[in-house]
Amino acid sequence: MASLGELERAVMDLLWAGHEAATANTLRDLLAQDSAAVDGNAGHQGKDLAVTTVLTVLSRLEKKGLVERERGTRPHRYQAVSSRADHTAELMHEVLGSAPDREAVLARFIGSVTEGEAATLRKLLGYN
Amino acid sequence: MFWTSYFLAVLALILAWPVPVLLSRAQWPARSPFTAMVLWQAIALAGGLSMIGAMLVYGLEPIGENLIAGLRGLAGMVLRNEPTTALGFWHLFALSAAALLSAHLVFTLLLTYYKIERQRRRHRQLLELLASPSDDGPGTVVINHDSPVAYCLPGGARSVTVLSDGLMAALEPDELRAVLIHENAHLSQRHDLLLWAFAAWRQALPWFPTTRLAQTAVNSLIEMLADDVALRTESKGTLIKAIAIVASGSPAPGAERGPLAMAGTGVEDSALSATGGADSPRTTASRVSRLLSPKPPLARGLRALVLAASAMLLAVPTALLIVPGLLG
Repeated sequence: MASLGELERAVMDLLWAGHEAATANTLRDLLAQDSAAVDGNAGHQGKDLAVTTVLTVLSRLEKKGLVERERGTRPHRYQAVSSRADHTAELMHEVLGSAPDREAVLARFIGSVTEGEAATLRKLLGYN
Repeated sequence: MFWTSYFLAVLALILAWPVPVLLSRAQWPARSPFTAMVLWQAIALAGGLSMIGAMLVYGLEPIGENLIAGLRGLAGMVLRNEPTTALGFWHLFALSAAALLSAHLVFTLLLTYYKIERQRRRHRQLLELLASPSDDGPGTVVINHDSPVAYCLPGGARSVTVLSDGLMAALEPDELRAVLIHENAHLSQRHDLLLWAFAAWRQALPWFPTTRLAQTAVNSLIEMLADDVALRTESKGTLIKAIAIVASGSPAPGAERGPLAMAGTGVEDSALSATGGADSPRTTASRVSRLLSPKPPLARGLRALVLAASAMLLAVPTALLIVPGLLG
C-alpha cells in the first residue's frame, strides 16, 4: 500500500495531466491502472486501494488548497486548482522573489545580483 | 544600583549604534567569518540584556539593594498587595517598559518562528508534489525550472536541498558538487537558527541600526562559512565558476539574456536590490572578491581577542545584574 504522500502525488499527477474534473471513482480506477502498469501484476495495489482512501487523499489536497470540488454534482468531481507549471512558478517566485522574510525561510546559493554585477561575472567567465 | 543602570544604559546605546556600524564596515570579518558571527551574536544578546537590565535596575532602585532583592520586593507588591508608595512614576514607567520590551522580544521570536515554519511547511508540501528525487543523495530534489536555482529549505530531519533543471544543465559535475556541499553546510551548521534569531531581532526593533546591520552581516557571513566548507574539497576555481554561472543566470557564451523565465526574474531582482533586501547584491560581490583575492585568515591571537571580547560582552551585564544579589 502506497503512503498517503505518494498517493497525493499520484492523484495530483493525474489531475494535472487530465485537465478536467474527475470523480474519486475515476481516479481510483486510473490509479489502479497505473500501478498495474508499474507492477506488472494485474492491479495488485489497485484492488487494495479503496475509494474512501482516494477521498481521504482528495480532502487532504483540498485542505492544502491544491484541488477543488465542483459544487452541485454528485458524486463530487475534483480538479486541480492551478496547473503544475503555475505551482512551480509560485514556488520559484517565493525563492527568487523579494518577500522580506524570505531570507529566513530558505537559503539560496546566490542572492540577488544586479545586472551590472551579472555582466562582470559573465566577463569573469570569459563570455561576451 | 544607580551606577549599574547608568552603565547598562550606556552599554545598550553603544551596542545599538556605533559598535554595529563600525563592525559592519570592518574588513576583517571576511577573514574569519566564524569569529565575526560569534561577535554579532554577543552584540545582539548583550544589547538586549543591557537594554532590559538598565530599565529594570533603575525601576527597582527604591525597593532593593540589588536586582534580586528588588525583584523580591516587586513580587511582594504584585502578589501580596504590599504598599507601592516607594515607587515613583518614572520607576513604574521603567519597570513597565522593561516588562513590555521583554514580552515583545519573546513574542516576536515566537511569531517569527511560527511564520517561518508555516511558509516552510507550505513550500515543502508543494515540493513533495512537484519535485522529483535526485541522484545526488537523499534530501536532494530536482524541480522543473529553466533558470539555474539552488537553495535549501531547513526543517530538521526533513531538510531538503532543491536544484533546478536549469542548474543541472548549466553546471559541470564538480561545480554541482560545490553547490551541494555549500547548501549542506547551511543545513549541518544549523544556519537556519541564526537566520531565525536575527530575522526576529530585526522584526522586533526595526528602527535600531544594529538589527538591520546585524541581519545583513549574518546573511553574508553564513554564505562565507558555507563557501569555506565547499573549499575544503572543491577548488576555488570550481566554486567561483559555480557562483558566476548561477549569478549571471545564463551559462551560454554570448547569450544576450537567459531564457524567458530569466527575463522576468532579472527585472524582479534589480527591483529587489534597489530596495536593498537583507541579502543585498553586496553579499555576492563580497563573496566573489573574497574568493578571487583571498586575504590570510585572521591571526590566532586576534581571533582569541575577539572571542574574549564577545565573552566579556555577555559576562559583564550578566554579572552586573546578578552578582550583587548573590553577594548581598
